[in-house]
Amino acid sequence: MSLKRALLALTIVATLATPAYAVLPDEIMADPAKEARARDLSRELRCMVCQNQSIDDSEAPLARDLRLLVRERIAAGDTDAQVIDFLVARYGEFVLLKPRLNSHTWLLWFLTPLAFSVGGIALWRQARRRARTSTERDEALSNLTPDEEARINQLIATEPVSEK
Amino acid sequence: MIAESGHYALVLAFGLALIQSTVPILGARWGEYSLMNVARSTAVAQLLFVAASFAALVTLHVSSDFSVVNVVENSHSMKPLIYKITGVWGNHEGSMLLWVSILALFGGLVAIFGNNLPISLRAHVLAVQAWIASAFYLFILATSNPFLRIANPPIEGQDLNPVLQDIGLAVHPPMLYLGYVGFSISFSFAIAALIEGRIDAAWARWVRPWTLIAWIFLTTGIAMGSYWAYYSLGWGGWWFWDPVENASLMPWLAGTALLHSLVVMEKRNALKVWTILLSILTFSLSLLGTFLVRSGVLTSVHAFANDPRRGVFILLILCVFIGGSLSLYAFRASSLKQGGLFAPISREGALVLNNLLLTTACATVFVGTLYPLALEVMTGEKISVGAPFFNLTFGPLFVPLLIALPFGPMLAWKRGDLLGAAQRLIAAGIVALIVLAFVLAWSFGGSTLAPLAIALAMFVIAGAVIDITERVGMFRLPLGVTIRRARGLPRSAWGTMFAHAGVGIALIGIVCETSWNSENIRTMRAGDVTNIAGYSLKLESLTPRQGPNYREMAAKFSVLVDGRVIDTMTPSKRNFTTRNATTTEAALLSRGATQLYISLGDIGTDGSITVRIYHKPFVLFIWFGPVLMAFGGALSLSDRRLRVGAPKPAKAVRELQPAE
Repeated sequence: MSLKRALLALTIVATLATPAYAVLPDEIMADPAKEARARDLSRELRCMVCQNQSIDDSEAPLARDLRLLVRERIAAGDTDAQVIDFLVARYGEFVLLKPRLNSHTWLLWFLTPLAFSVGGIALWRQARRRARTSTERDEALSNLTPDEEARINQLIATEPVSEK
Repeated sequence: MIAESGHYALVLAFGLALIQSTVPILGARWGEYSLMNVARSTAVAQLLFVAASFAALVTLHVSSDFSVVNVVENSHSMKPLIYKITGVWGNHEGSMLLWVSILALFGGLVAIFGNNLPISLRAHVLAVQAWIASAFYLFILATSNPFLRIANPPIEGQDLNPVLQDIGLAVHPPMLYLGYVGFSISFSFAIAALIEGRIDAAWARWVRPWTLIAWIFLTTGIAMGSYWAYYSLGWGGWWFWDPVENASLMPWLAGTALLHSLVVMEKRNALKVWTILLSILTFSLSLLGTFLVRSGVLTSVHAFANDPRRGVFILLILCVFIGGSLSLYAFRASSLKQGGLFAPISREGALVLNNLLLTTACATVFVGTLYPLALEVMTGEKISVGAPFFNLTFGPLFVPLLIALPFGPMLAWKRGDLLGAAQRLIAAGIVALIVLAFVLAWSFGGSTLAPLAIALAMFVIAGAVIDITERVGMFRLPLGVTIRRARGLPRSAWGTMFAHAGVGIALIGIVCETSWNSENIRTMRAGDVTNIAGYSLKLESLTPRQGPNYREMAAKFSVLVDGRVIDTMTPSKRNFTTRNATTTEAALLSRGATQLYISLGDIGTDGSITVRIYHKPFVLFIWFGPVLMAFGGALSLSDRRLRVGAPKPAKAVRELQPAE
């Protein structure tokens, strides 16, 4: 099947809204190591016309073009980072499913550790505060009020002593 | 006529909800029992009217009444009956009607089964339920009326989206909504507690079964949705970190945390303020999910801006309910008294750690889902946040969670003995190490991360089992005593074991599927043979077939092991004529928990066909896990203390009730 015909077929399929299926047999690279790299990279790249799909998952013609492009760059001897840079230069940050750390994304990346440590510190401080106040409370709790004392004495006095 | 009746019933339900929103609150203010009791009858009546409305829409779909827009757009006279019914909620309007029906169902259940609730609490809970219901009735009536007629009825409908013509649609959305909407009950209880300014351990005992029911449905709903995606999308993916999925995962994470903090509250009367907040957050996340999915904001911010009527309405509901409840919380939370004390190393401490990790995980999903939207709105910059991000941030949180998990049930309340728990878990540790050694040897040369994760999963499973065997004294006491003890053990303890073991089992499935999945993508002709993971697959024939509302090309494969045919698999490619759309029907063959998976790609003019074959070891564990979790939840739900009901601390209120 020629590339042109395959693309045409794919376009038709895409317009028919076929559910997604990805890499096609004629795309697979001969070198398994390079193909594995291509697959790993594909999983981190977004098919920009799809809803939240990587180019590895998507059947859209654009995803196929990108898959072929990634393989082309790998075949040309690019490193993974170079391939990524090339695609970002061409399509912008939007193409990356894992955004790069910069002034606009630091909150995204650091929220998890931040939330965990802030939550942890807050809990620790609260536990300490409560432990400190609890000693005072304990005394208040372990000593009965005069009323309670009187009531207990009364109960003890009225309770019939049962022998076992 | 049926359409108009359905519409009218919905309007009446809205009216009833308005009464239910106000009268019981006034009754509670004035101490009028008759007014407070109005909540009960209106809740039941509301349920009846919504059910009538829903039944009307189902009737319209089943009878293919093409004078109704909703039926025209989503049905076809040739569609099988089951899809005529499920098609009711396979679209925006019907799905919202299902949403309010389930809301009314929960309200009705509280009204019917809430006999042991203090009357003012019940009045408040049902009133808050009615606030939510009123908002959504108004939303449906104003922007998403499913009963609209069409001026010139067509002869034939446009059929349901073929991807939705699957048994998954019958199960997944109702389950998911039962979960989503079920959390409205714990929300209403929380708001009622804040309004009344009173909350105690009995409150937790009333809320727990409702939360548990919602959680069970949400768990199975998410798992079912994941399995549906797995078999229907054609490349065997089962979780995509799609915003729609995240929208259901967030309430699940918060709900799981809530379930655990409710235990602390019920048993030890502690963590009250936090539990209230968690109840509010869980349902707020359900509302957020509804907004994300129903407003169209996900497809694109611009699509949302172009037709903002629905989106803005739900956003308004979202702001009023989340903002309102959080403000109420801020004002009233300080009036709730803090309860029992506990040392950091204790059952309570373990459950607090569980809550910290689960809420952090939830926050991660939240920021990952909404960050791109927020960034685009604020700076116009477009970024994507997908699976690789979540794998890096969400995944690591589960390592400490799973390591700590077996320790939790072994620690005593108030002050636990970590060393003692560790000693009792030695056997689980040994099991994990043996498994680690085996898996490492078997997958020699591969990554070490996967064997470690499997070992962690085994540790969780063994830990859960050991906890139970310890409690019943197995191997220590005579068998008769053990059996007696096992019978006497609260069902919630058994539930804990199954749910916790389910977590480990799901993890095994996830790790196996992602690490040792093999695939074989190729072009085949009839007679060709190909191999995968020790199986040979022979393409026998390609045959066209005719279905009720589609035509399909079916490929018959023989599955051979050592030259012997063990089974056949028949994946197909369907073409739905009305919508001119195709779907791939994958064929699955289960061998234990492992599956072979075949889906078809393009059919060439020369009789060749693109075939994708996958071998997915232990993939079914991914869904066995959640099923086991839900089973554990159901066992816990049948626990005696929840069956019998909560004790009544407010005796005074009972005595004040008028004679009936």
